[in-house]
Amino acid sequence: MTEPTPLGSRRSRILGGPRSEGARSALIAAVSTIVFFGLAVLLVTNAPGWPEVKRSFFSAEQFRDSFPDIVEAFGLNIRLFLVAEVFILAFALLLAVMRSVPGAVFFPLRLLATAYTDLFRSVPTVLVIYILGFGAPTLQLSGVPSSPFFWGVTALVLVYSAYVAEVYRAGIQSVHPSQEAAARSLGLSQPQALRFVILPQAVRRVVPPLLNDFIGLQKDTALVALIGPVEAFRQSQIEVAGSFNYTPYLATALLFILLTIPMARFTDWLIARNRRRELAAGGR
Amino acid sequence: MSALAVDALRKSFGKLEVLRGIDLEVAEHEVVCLIGASGSGKSTFLRCVNLLEPIDEGRIVVAGEEITARGIDVNRVRRRIGIVFQAFNLFPHMSVLRNVTLAPRRALGLSRAEAEERAVELLERFGLADKRDEYPDRLSGGQQQRVAIVRALAMRPDLMLLDEVTSALDPELVAEVLNVIRELAEAGMTMVIATHEMAFARDIADRVCFLDEGVILEQGPPEQMFTAPLEPRTQQFLQRITEAGRL
Repeated sequence: MTEPTPLGSRRSRILGGPRSEGARSALIAAVSTIVFFGLAVLLVTNAPGWPEVKRSFFSAEQFRDSFPDIVEAFGLNIRLFLVAEVFILAFALLLAVMRSVPGAVFFPLRLLATAYTDLFRSVPTVLVIYILGFGAPTLQLSGVPSSPFFWGVTALVLVYSAYVAEVYRAGIQSVHPSQEAAARSLGLSQPQALRFVILPQAVRRVVPPLLNDFIGLQKDTALVALIGPVEAFRQSQIEVAGSFNYTPYLATALLFILLTIPMARFTDWLIARNRRRELAAGGR
Repeated sequence: MSALAVDALRKSFGKLEVLRGIDLEVAEHEVVCLIGASGSGKSTFLRCVNLLEPIDEGRIVVAGEEITARGIDVNRVRRRIGIVFQAFNLFPHMSVLRNVTLAPRRALGLSRAEAEERAVELLERFGLADKRDEYPDRLSGGQQQRVAIVRALAMRPDLMLLDEVTSALDPELVAEVLNVIRELAEAGMTMVIATHEMAFARDIADRVCFLDEGVILEQGPPEQMFTAPLEPRTQQFLQRITEAGRL
């Protein structure tokens, strides 16, 4: 058995420079960052149009006036996101499993799932939202809500499930066939092997790319504004229309950034942790 | 009635015919060792007996029931036949105890308590009781392989198939696994063992079969097979093994 730690450190030395110079590289990084961003700020603030830009995009007064309303509207983005996320996780898993079922009999199932993922990954999200948001309520289906919130969520679920299904499928395929053989050899049925042996391993492996897709989903909740609901982006448009000052757009952007950064760092942390674990287990 | 009867078994992967008519009968409580070069078909044969590979021709009968018949319930068949693989194939996301109880609970429908009682008993018997809550990646190769054997035994199979179970182990870990198999043989378990451990085969087997290019070229009691093989190919194989210092 090889020891995992030397392998890990050897690798990071190759990729990231020798460890003994850690303090020095931190200093260089800090100085370089300050110089780089200092120059960038100087360049922008000395541009001829800067006073004009500052007035229309960075107005503190406008920010104070519009921010509470935008924050309130942003609650709708979060609701859209959370509701869509739950359905995406379940529906995409179903699609991925459909595509992974072996056997000639299940060809139509695989075909259906493949066609679905192809279709919804190729049509722009904004079009799906438009078509469903304006088209579906016109059908006046009984028992189906006609609210833009409902159809907005539906559109997001349809589109994102196609992406997430592919992520799940990659996870399923990454589990070595010998795991399935081991499960089946013990007398477990195909669905049991999938449920108890393959899916738990597959899902664990794809958590980081899943979170990555959800960062995309958080942003795309703004597209639902196009069919009516007043979420943060729509609210900022309203504010801008009233004042001809663009600061509310920046306020909205700030909110999305605040929501995304923790998720992005969490994803990075998960990836790093998985990597450590794989290096630790890879010694065998 | 024999525990296992294989009749004219053939199996191809594409154009490559791996098994070219295997006939083998194994009596109850008998230990049969399969020897032969890599690629001679030992592993494929064992996988066919466990129905992990569909066969092309022939028949496999286990305890009087033809398991290669059409419409047979493969899950029910596999519950009676345990198989242990070269690469252990433990479930990495489950503790040792869950690895061992999964199939008894889900395939046999045992309650959790019943399955755990059965598992703990086996783990104790093979010196693994203190590992019950560990995950596979925390175990040595020898321990992992012993857990894999326990996992198969927890189904109380009538027949055990062992596929080069010590080939992936560091040399110092081989003995602990072989001891487990020896204990099983002494307890009367019917086993078909594909192995490169010739000394072990000689010691434990009731009968040794030499596989060569997809057929059983020669078989007999271990003493005869290892000291006075009849076929030139067998002699050649054993000579190479001896030269490599493995016999």
